[in-house]
Amino acid sequence: MSAITRDEVAHLARLSRLALADEELDHFAAQLDQIVGAVARVAEVAADDIPPSSHALPLTNVFRPDEIRPSLAPEQALSGAPAVEDDRFRVPRILGEEA
Amino acid sequence: MTELLRKTAEELGRLIAAREVSAAEVAQAHLDRIAEVEPKVNAFLHVNADAALAQARAVDERIARGEKLGPLAGVPVAHKDVFTTTGMPTTAGSKILEGWLPPYDATVTRRLREAGLVILGKTNLDEFAMGSSTENSAYGPTHNPWDLSRIPGGSSGGSSAAVAAYEAPLSTGTDTGGSIRQPAAVTGIVGMKPTYGGSSRYGLIAFASSLDTPGPFARNVLDAALLHEAFSGHDVMDSTSIAAEVPPVVEAARQADIAGLRVGVVKEFGGEGYQPGVLARFREAVDLLESLGAKVVEVSCPSFGYALPAYYLIAPSECSSNLARFDAMRYGLRVGDDGTRSAEEVMALTRAAGFGPEVKRRIMLGTYALSSGYYDAYYGQAQKVRTLIARDFDAAFHQVDVLVSPTTPTTAFPIGERADDPMAMYLADLCTIPTNLAGNAAISVPCGLADEDGLPVGLQIMAPVLGDDRCYRVGAAVEKALEDRWGGPLLAKAPAL
Repeated sequence: MSAITRDEVAHLARLSRLALADEELDHFAAQLDQIVGAVARVAEVAADDIPPSSHALPLTNVFRPDEIRPSLAPEQALSGAPAVEDDRFRVPRILGEEA
Repeated sequence: MTELLRKTAEELGRLIAAREVSAAEVAQAHLDRIAEVEPKVNAFLHVNADAALAQARAVDERIARGEKLGPLAGVPVAHKDVFTTTGMPTTAGSKILEGWLPPYDATVTRRLREAGLVILGKTNLDEFAMGSSTENSAYGPTHNPWDLSRIPGGSSGGSSAAVAAYEAPLSTGTDTGGSIRQPAAVTGIVGMKPTYGGSSRYGLIAFASSLDTPGPFARNVLDAALLHEAFSGHDVMDSTSIAAEVPPVVEAARQADIAGLRVGVVKEFGGEGYQPGVLARFREAVDLLESLGAKVVEVSCPSFGYALPAYYLIAPSECSSNLARFDAMRYGLRVGDDGTRSAEEVMALTRAAGFGPEVKRRIMLGTYALSSGYYDAYYGQAQKVRTLIARDFDAAFHQVDVLVSPTTPTTAFPIGERADDPMAMYLADLCTIPTNLAGNAAISVPCGLADEDGLPVGLQIMAPVLGDDRCYRVGAAVEKALEDRWGGPLLAKAPAL
């Protein structure tokens, strides 16, 4: 099994939106390498003709009538927001400077 | 310690209904106990004495008016801090949600309130319910009331410790890979993982959606059944909730008759990695089941050996997706928003500051397992193993009515021992994980103390999907026989705090 390198952890951290410090990358690389090595044992199971289970219950497409129901008022929905402006969530810029 | 604290939830409910004691007195006795032992135990992240007393007085007034309430009306409960609660902060044990006041109640919370249960506060847990020791809480570890230097199990370790320390007669938990049964086992109490979909996940902060299951803790099997019944059942707000009646769990706990029952001992659980004292108590429990009239056979579940690796691919994969919602935009922590940084930079800084190491490990592990090029080998293969585990259960339940095993391979380990060794920590859930993958029901009941350390051992009883009542029937029979032998509950042997 391929080892998880420091560069690979840096890539995973970027995908996961985690701004990790350099020393964290080393630490996690060693641990994730060990964990991936252990969980890779699933490959030993001969399962080519076995269907995958995403879920324990045989449920698909649970629908309800398309009716309007009571939901959160704007002030409730915004009550935990880090920043609010004009009854909306205020967020940092989402586009680059040149955009 | 006042006698009120030692009473069962069922007794307290009867006394309160008969107005022999008020719900307010019962709540006050537990709040006093919390104030006394919390400096040692740290089971609670939040205690709301005023709200609890107000809720208790409201129950007393309704009873005084002659209203007929449920069997647990006025009984205190400690609530795992992973269920949303209006009027009480909900943190999931994480800094990223520190101080968050949810705008709605989880279905489990709402049903506790409707049943008249008095919520004393919110209990400590491993951050986002990821862990087996409660050491991953951002708010410090909880201590096992049997030995304060040891872990109370996890992730629902605050809930197990609160009940074992007589801070509450009942508590709630969630079980994703063993997070109710393992803490119950290592603190000498009862913990039940219902059938997946039998209890609602609405308002439960998601870790792994296909596995997370709310369930009860109590000091005896009947109390656990009463709490199970109080908060379970179909919920239109959870599309994976089962549209069926709650199995007759209370009736089963009262019957406690297992004559003629077929019991299977899972061959794959035992041997290397298991503590001798755990195996000794387990073998005695199996002999006890036989002496009570059960027919015991050995059953093989060949795929169970791959349950742990499959789980540590499936659960992190689901967690990496679920925890994407903590994006610093709509609620919770926001770090580094100084007007110069982009939303993406703020997100990454916030998540790095707000999540602890185990959560980061699992998010990255899940991201890895779901990456293109690895998906089939890891996540896809784990899902196939999941099918094989469900098939092992199906085959086993054609031969027997219930399966039994030790709940955990060892008793409670010392705080710190496995804290920086994730693989060693993961082994704590070796026997509990197959049930989460297959979605069936399982309970842990105390079955004695290990000879080498004098700490509690749990017996796990597994039943088919929607066979929850069998867990209670067998658990109650074992409890009755063992308490006759011990001259009282196992918890009476715990040292005074």
